[in-house]
Amino acid sequence: MPIDILMPALSPTMEEGKLAKWLKAEGDAIKAGDILAEIETDKATMEVEAVDEGILAKILVADGTENVAVNTPIGVIAADGEDVKAAASGGAKPAAVAEKPAEPEAKAEKASTEAPAATAAPSVPAQAKSYDASSEFPAGAEVVTMTVREALRDAMAEEMRRDGDVFVMGEEVAEYQGAYKVTQGLLQEFGPKRVIDTPITEHGFAGIGVGAALTGLRPIVEFMTFNFAMQAIDQIINSAAKTLYMSGGQMGCPIVFRGPNGAAARVAAQHSHDYAAWYSNVPGLKVVMPYSASDAKGLLKSAIRDPNPIIFLENEILYGRTFEVPKGDDFLIPIGKAKVVRPGTDVTIVSFGIGMTYALGAAEALAKEGIEAEVIDLRTIRPMDIETVIASVQKTNRCVAVEEGFPQSGVTAEIGMRIMEAAFDYLDAPVARVTGKDVPMPYAHNLEKLALPNVGEVIAAAKAVCYRA
Amino acid sequence: MAVAARKTKAPAQAKTATKGAAKASSAKTPAEKGAANALSNMPAFTREEDLHAYYEMLLIRRFEEKAGQMYGMGLIGGFCHLYIGQEAVVIGMQMASKDGDQVITGYRDHGHMLATGMESRGVMAELTGRRGGYSKGKGGSMHMFSREKNFYGGHGIVGAQVSLGAGLGFANWYREDGRVSMTYFGDGAANQGQVYESFNMAQLWKLPVVFVIENNRYAMGTSVNRASAQTDFSKRGLSFSIPGEQVDGMDVRAVRAAGERAIAHARSGKGPYILEMQTYRYRGHSMSDPAKYRSKDEVQRMREEHDPIEQVRGRLTRDFKIAEDELKAIDAKIREIVNDAAEFATHDPEPDVSELFTDITLEHARA
Ligand SMILES: Cc1ncc(C[n+]2csc(CCOP(=O)(O)OP(=O)(O)O)c2C)c(N)n1
Ligand SMILES: [Mg+2]
Repeated sequence: MPIDILMPALSPTMEEGKLAKWLKAEGDAIKAGDILAEIETDKATMEVEAVDEGILAKILVADGTENVAVNTPIGVIAADGEDVKAAASGGAKPAAVAEKPAEPEAKAEKASTEAPAATAAPSVPAQAKSYDASSEFPAGAEVVTMTVREALRDAMAEEMRRDGDVFVMGEEVAEYQGAYKVTQGLLQEFGPKRVIDTPITEHGFAGIGVGAALTGLRPIVEFMTFNFAMQAIDQIINSAAKTLYMSGGQMGCPIVFRGPNGAAARVAAQHSHDYAAWYSNVPGLKVVMPYSASDAKGLLKSAIRDPNPIIFLENEILYGRTFEVPKGDDFLIPIGKAKVVRPGTDVTIVSFGIGMTYALGAAEALAKEGIEAEVIDLRTIRPMDIETVIASVQKTNRCVAVEEGFPQSGVTAEIGMRIMEAAFDYLDAPVARVTGKDVPMPYAHNLEKLALPNVGEVIAAAKAVCYRA
Repeated sequence: MAVAARKTKAPAQAKTATKGAAKASSAKTPAEKGAANALSNMPAFTREEDLHAYYEMLLIRRFEEKAGQMYGMGLIGGFCHLYIGQEAVVIGMQMASKDGDQVITGYRDHGHMLATGMESRGVMAELTGRRGGYSKGKGGSMHMFSREKNFYGGHGIVGAQVSLGAGLGFANWYREDGRVSMTYFGDGAANQGQVYESFNMAQLWKLPVVFVIENNRYAMGTSVNRASAQTDFSKRGLSFSIPGEQVDGMDVRAVRAAGERAIAHARSGKGPYILEMQTYRYRGHSMSDPAKYRSKDEVQRMREEHDPIEQVRGRLTRDFKIAEDELKAIDAKIREIVNDAAEFATHDPEPDVSELFTDITLEHARA
């Protein structure tokens, strides 16, 4: 079969070019590697090399022709022994038409709540189904009270007992027992090989963690706070989050990056950033941000067992709060499921992490004024269990979203958009949000208080969407 | 912020004072040296120089003690890292530097600010988060700046100031203005990757930077040998051919002598220089520090045998025959300044609430 020579693309963006000059004439013998012609674009000049052997049977596009579209046949090669005349008169087989790829197997699990719809979602879905968290506490299990700090420590200890590939590394995690005492006792139980003090080199040890995870180990990388993970964010985003995809599914990265996130108290702008929105923007990551001790424990255990890179955002102020946690070391909370923590009928308040303190405080106050708020703890930011939120909004028809992070491109902005996409017709008022103020965290006591959200703002927003004064 | 102006630069020093100082540095840690031994081949200070150093270091010490006290009273919040024990480092370096040279450091910054001549009122009021603070109360202990005094912060992210300091050096090189950037960082910070990226560029472009590594032996609770494969920090620039020295950072004379060599090198266009200051912090890393990583004994020994202020005080009384009364008068003056600063910082109002939304971005493009 004669072979068409196609107009090549010089760059991924080139659509057409000029056939500047033929270096071979019709009838010339062609060997692979011969320069056939010169092509020009506004950016570059390139030589067209022959891939096939034979005789240049016909030139289809003459020297000096402008605007030749990429993939246009510009000449025909007759293979050895072929009839040059016949070849020249057509019937060539294009040499370089990419074979149409077979339909990829639909392998990735289809998670309706997982990905934001790329196209507009139907605005009136069938009744959404709320995740039922009522069976998370095993029936009849004994319950103990513990701090979030202890719950996190227990989660790590239990998973380290269970799986020898799990180890913890970070600054001051071992001998000092954790800068915030979350890793207390782990060195004593598991020894220095599995509880590793690192130098202050976040970028380096995050990369070492990711490298180890690519081989199948299961590192828990503690950042003293997530502010310092900014030193390491390249490894988190470019290495941990993307390698699975870039390796066609070969290179999973089962790693947990954890540590306190967001504002503590009076530590100013560089130590108070809430990164929930940042990480939740990145496909390939899962982002977990628990509020209660039981969620902290159950979610951290799930995170350690999860085959993906997990950003586990804790909060220094919550470390010391106590909650009930079921006993037993197989207590897991699924990643990606929200929890209705207070049922209500009048307005949905959605939050996560320390934002829950404002949400719950407001709900209590609102109840005294006859407004029953349904409070939802997202628990996982990505993948976001928007369905549980939608199910609630379909009932209450109003929503206030609350977070400590900044407003622009924040998690609450995402929640509002997702509700609008999926349940616009159910809304009786625009979704409202209460967020941290759009300023770097100030140090001064009075300004810091103003910069953070508060219960009063949530109450006001809830009343506003209920059209109550 | 109006407190009696202080002279921060040392009086012109006797030429002979620096002669023969070239080999003053020693690979030994201060603890390994007897105090007497440290005195032997040290370039002498004049009476005025010792008085100056004494005043400046004591001001930092008293200021920091007061800050610690005010933290305990709840007047200061968040993190507060005291410089007590390390005073000779920044004072010796300032005595070697010239007006216009820049200073940048991390969060253990109160001493550096006072040393550059920033007012104690303004620093203390920032610690308490008041409107008269250097950052109007918005930055706090770790984040203070003074363009006027060429103090570029005050940075909370360990190691970040090293690249920034190289950038100050870059600006000096670009403007050809003969300034030198004094870039301070800790033994812990010295392990950050950007330190080495900065070393490379600083040497490649011959930037006028003195990298001052304040090796106080601990990064929070981690001793140097638990975090560093190479504990001789003066060698950290070797692969870039950046010269370095280990310096007894408890002896202000050794610091100044080494500072002069390093600054002369940088100012003459030969590029960066590394000074490892062997020093010690007496207090915890910050105000909450369990201090289980070192013995009380170790701290006590450093205080007794190597205290930078006591060393100078000894020379003043012994060699310069300065009467106790005169030293007491200096003490009293410093206490007055510090008390005034504390008083001011306690009663100065918090920032106006309108300040919440100011200073986020600037309005006017360059004409
Ligand atoms: C990037 C980053 N990581 C961690 C921290 C937390 N942290 C603050 S100070 C410090 C120790 C630094 O020690 P060193 O550099 O020796 O300075 P020193 O405190 O001894 O003056 C750590 C780990 C931080 N502020 N920034
Ligand atoms: Mg240190």
